[in-house]
Amino acid sequence: MFDYQFFIEVLVGGLLSGVMYSLVAIGFVLIYKTSGVLNFAQGAMILFAALTFVSLLERGVPFPLALLATLAVMVVLGIAVERFVLRPLVNQPPITLFMATLGLSYVIEGAAQLLWGAQVHGLDLGISDTPFDVAGVLISQFDLFAAAVAGALVALFALFFRYTRTGLAFRAVADDQFAALAVGLRLPRVWAAVWTAAGIVAVVAGLLWGARLGVQFSLSLIVLKALPVLVLGGFDSIAGAIVGGLLIGAIEKLAEVYVGPFFGGGIEAWAAYVVALGFLLVRPSGLFGQKLVERV
Amino acid sequence: MPAPSIRASRLTSNHIGIALLLGVAYGIVPFTGSEYLLDAILTPFLALALAAVGLNVLTGYAGQVSLGSAAFLAVGAYAAYNFNLRIPELPFLVSLLLAGLVAALVGLVFGLPSLRLRGFYLAVSTLAAQFFVQWALTKFGWFSNDNPSGVIDAPTLNIAGIPVSGAERRYVFSLTIVLIATFLTVRLLASQSGRNFIAVRDHEIAAKVIGVPLLRTKLLAFGISSFLIGIAGVLWAFAYLRTVEPAGFNLDRSFQILFIIIIGGLASIRGSFLGAAFIVVFPLLLSRVGAALLGNVFDSGVLEMSQRIVIGGLIIGLLIAEPRGLIALLDRFSIRVFRKPRHANQQPN
Amino acid sequence: MKIFKPFRLAAVASAIAIASLLPAKADEQFFPLQSYRVGPYAAGGTGFFGGFIDYLNLINIRDGGVNGVKLTWDEGETQYEVERGVEVYERLKNRPGVAAWNPLSVGIAYAMIDRITKDKVPLITINHGRTDSTDGRVFPYVFPLLLNPYSETSGIVNYIATREGGPEKLKGKKIVVLYHGSPYGKETIPIYKLLADKLGFELEQIEVPHPGNEQQSQWLSIRRAKADYVVLRGWGVMNPVALKTAQKVGFPVDHIVGNVWSNSEEDVIPAGDAAKGYVAITTQASGAQYPVLQEIIKTVYGAGKGNLDDKKRIGSVYHNLGIVNGILNVEAIRIAQAKFGHRTLTGDEVRWGFEHLQLDPARVEALGAKDLFHSINVTWDNHEGDGRVTFQQWDGTKWKVVSDWISPDWAFLRPIIEKSSTAYAAEHNIKIRTSDDAPLSQ
Repeated sequence: MFDYQFFIEVLVGGLLSGVMYSLVAIGFVLIYKTSGVLNFAQGAMILFAALTFVSLLERGVPFPLALLATLAVMVVLGIAVERFVLRPLVNQPPITLFMATLGLSYVIEGAAQLLWGAQVHGLDLGISDTPFDVAGVLISQFDLFAAAVAGALVALFALFFRYTRTGLAFRAVADDQFAALAVGLRLPRVWAAVWTAAGIVAVVAGLLWGARLGVQFSLSLIVLKALPVLVLGGFDSIAGAIVGGLLIGAIEKLAEVYVGPFFGGGIEAWAAYVVALGFLLVRPSGLFGQKLVERV
Repeated sequence: MPAPSIRASRLTSNHIGIALLLGVAYGIVPFTGSEYLLDAILTPFLALALAAVGLNVLTGYAGQVSLGSAAFLAVGAYAAYNFNLRIPELPFLVSLLLAGLVAALVGLVFGLPSLRLRGFYLAVSTLAAQFFVQWALTKFGWFSNDNPSGVIDAPTLNIAGIPVSGAERRYVFSLTIVLIATFLTVRLLASQSGRNFIAVRDHEIAAKVIGVPLLRTKLLAFGISSFLIGIAGVLWAFAYLRTVEPAGFNLDRSFQILFIIIIGGLASIRGSFLGAAFIVVFPLLLSRVGAALLGNVFDSGVLEMSQRIVIGGLIIGLLIAEPRGLIALLDRFSIRVFRKPRHANQQPN
Repeated sequence: MKIFKPFRLAAVASAIAIASLLPAKADEQFFPLQSYRVGPYAAGGTGFFGGFIDYLNLINIRDGGVNGVKLTWDEGETQYEVERGVEVYERLKNRPGVAAWNPLSVGIAYAMIDRITKDKVPLITINHGRTDSTDGRVFPYVFPLLLNPYSETSGIVNYIATREGGPEKLKGKKIVVLYHGSPYGKETIPIYKLLADKLGFELEQIEVPHPGNEQQSQWLSIRRAKADYVVLRGWGVMNPVALKTAQKVGFPVDHIVGNVWSNSEEDVIPAGDAAKGYVAITTQASGAQYPVLQEIIKTVYGAGKGNLDDKKRIGSVYHNLGIVNGILNVEAIRIAQAKFGHRTLTGDEVRWGFEHLQLDPARVEALGAKDLFHSINVTWDNHEGDGRVTFQQWDGTKWKVVSDWISPDWAFLRPIIEKSSTAYAAEHNIKIRTSDDAPLSQ
């Protein structure tokens, strides 16, 4: 007999995990959209943000102050990346930029651990992870909180892009870099803003994932969870990152529970990629991605 | 399509250099090199250089980015192990070739998405190969002959009745395999197939218009590339580490090989070797120099962390200074020193 | 194939042989350390190698070495990567007076087995490593001291049995093993099956893919299976996530039992409150109350020579494992010196010491380690040495021992181990040693 309640539980759990993947994916999308870079340093930025925050907290800095300081650090980092990495590499092929972000991730990881040590930290945001019961399905408060934060973040970005000058410039650059340059938009400024925004996303993702995993080196590995989301949702669509995250989360969990046993389990690591790949073969630019011919 | 003429002229001017290098590699290094140099530096360098040549065929020449190279290393290593174990009559060189072919087959399968996908979409989809292969090798005990720990121990090799044991022989064996494979690759790249690769890379639609078979060309690139990487995997497992586990072929290894070809220079065979030398030797050098100079001031954790920063910074710096890689730097340098007009040949027509 | 004409191997080989046989200048015994203080496993590496170095320092400062032979060491950073481990091996192996290798990394240890066997130097894989290397008949130079993975499995099941009130009470109980998706994680699958058949408990084994930062589906399956106990065979970040997710699906944490790679502070602190009540196996108790630790604090840290940056980590699980590892290495040298003389020993002589490393509880107490670990009894053919295990519970700030010293079912495991090791011997043409084989073994 098919256990519907269990199915729903797995599905809900998967969707909520998916929100957490989306959070990471959004950081990638922001940067890819404006500069065509797949920023592999996003994971290192998440680690750096979480480590900075938790280390400040442990040194007795109050919560809001630590959060502000971390945000400030990420803003500085974003501006520095634009100045010292992106600007000198302007007009290089995407693969070169990708490699540069890999190099950048070494620098950030090294700096994070040099500054704050290689210790493992616990992070308690004061939101309980104990579940409550909705019609027999257990739902975690923390997951709901994470979903709310992700929703708020997306709403904030939507407003920002629609109503502020920088936001409009951002969209113009994303649409057509050369046209944007032609009408006098300053690309470096937009890039710095975008990296800053990605830094802020990294803070949010770092805190939420850090509370779940503990703040440690492995935090940087969560980017691997975000990559299939990007493939499915499109590298350049925030909506795609959200929908893709939900889909990947749900598919991954359902596959592990219902298909996994036929293979002896543990298929989560590649199942998401295979699903995303299968989808792409039908629709090569992802769910919401723009159709463009791109070469590396 | 200027490739063949350039290559021909460059080869003649480089003949002496290559002969000199070969003379040193065969005539001097095996007799004077310490075991440390041979076993811990040169053998892994050779394996990685061959893997980089393989990836360069795919990424540098045919323009398809792959993040799954380590998977093909693993396929090569485990395939050779199984051929060797299950068909003991098979001479090892045949096992080696078969392992390369198995890797090529797997490469063809994971190359299929390239027919529809481009750029980072393709790059990320090759991660499926990365994770799937590692999972399968861990999951199914058959691949590792049901070793409870999933590792394979390479037996001592026998080539025509002579055991390849000892650092010198393993080095000479690797060197020979890598040279033959590289030579054949250079020949292939100079052929019509090689020109097709470049045509697909430079402009896919134009290539199609002039009659380059896209499907065959892309799959051929995936096949050849995986074949070479698979052979490199055999060297890695049999000549270098001799005991390998699936975890050794992780994503970091794939990135390492990608680093080699980007740092060394895309679409350059010499660049692959240069890049491999850089990636293998430089971190060791840095760590030794760091420990010697500052070992008493800082503990090894701090030193290692700083080295990570330095390496990352250096990669960025190199990419900024010369996006075409070390090989372009070297060429610029040699032009300045020897004042050869060789550079003129390299201008695209 | 002209190039394969015999090389002048002999010259090189004899140079190496001389280097390894030549006594060090002053009487010194050298420990090459393949440490890892950076990367994902840095916390374990700093603790273990810190403890090991602290104990070596204690012997040097307090006793002036082992019978006057000074202990020296040099670190090579590996970041837990196999190739870097091999590089460090090749770099340090020709130093004079190498005593033993202690990598604390399964991958590096595997890659070294052939090399150290050829070079005749012992390889110590305390609490981990290749299970069948317990069989000293086939692996003369490899020592998985105190606990191999099979013994660990048996110890955990025996502990659950005592909690239930005896092995017969396990009948009908359901145990789920949650294992890391790696060769390490899978190694004990057949042993849990055998024990389930023998003792009559229900068993389900569920894999968590590396690195294990998402376990929602696995824990939902555990809840649906209505498990009585979950054995956590985790690794790195998988451990805190398991504890957190258990809390999320409402599984009682005190019914989760962790294995040796899931038993450190680093595994529970990130899980916060979710870890309170979690139980894990260990071969060495944690805490700094044991005399040997007090002496280290006084003598080594007092002299400013302590290896840990953060003094709060003194007495943590990995630090104490490093100290116990130090005790075992030093005692093996002491035992070998009693036979071969108070001088720098060769690797083969140190191997003899390890093969006679018998420390009964009285000797352990004399070493200031009573209650830190129980005892060890290594022989030429049993390289594990029948280590006892104990179980510790996390109370939110520290580990507290909650069981006696428990013996795994060695007699049951030995034939399984021998089956695997003889297969290895056949595959590699290794002659199985007998007790009067090697000239040094008696």
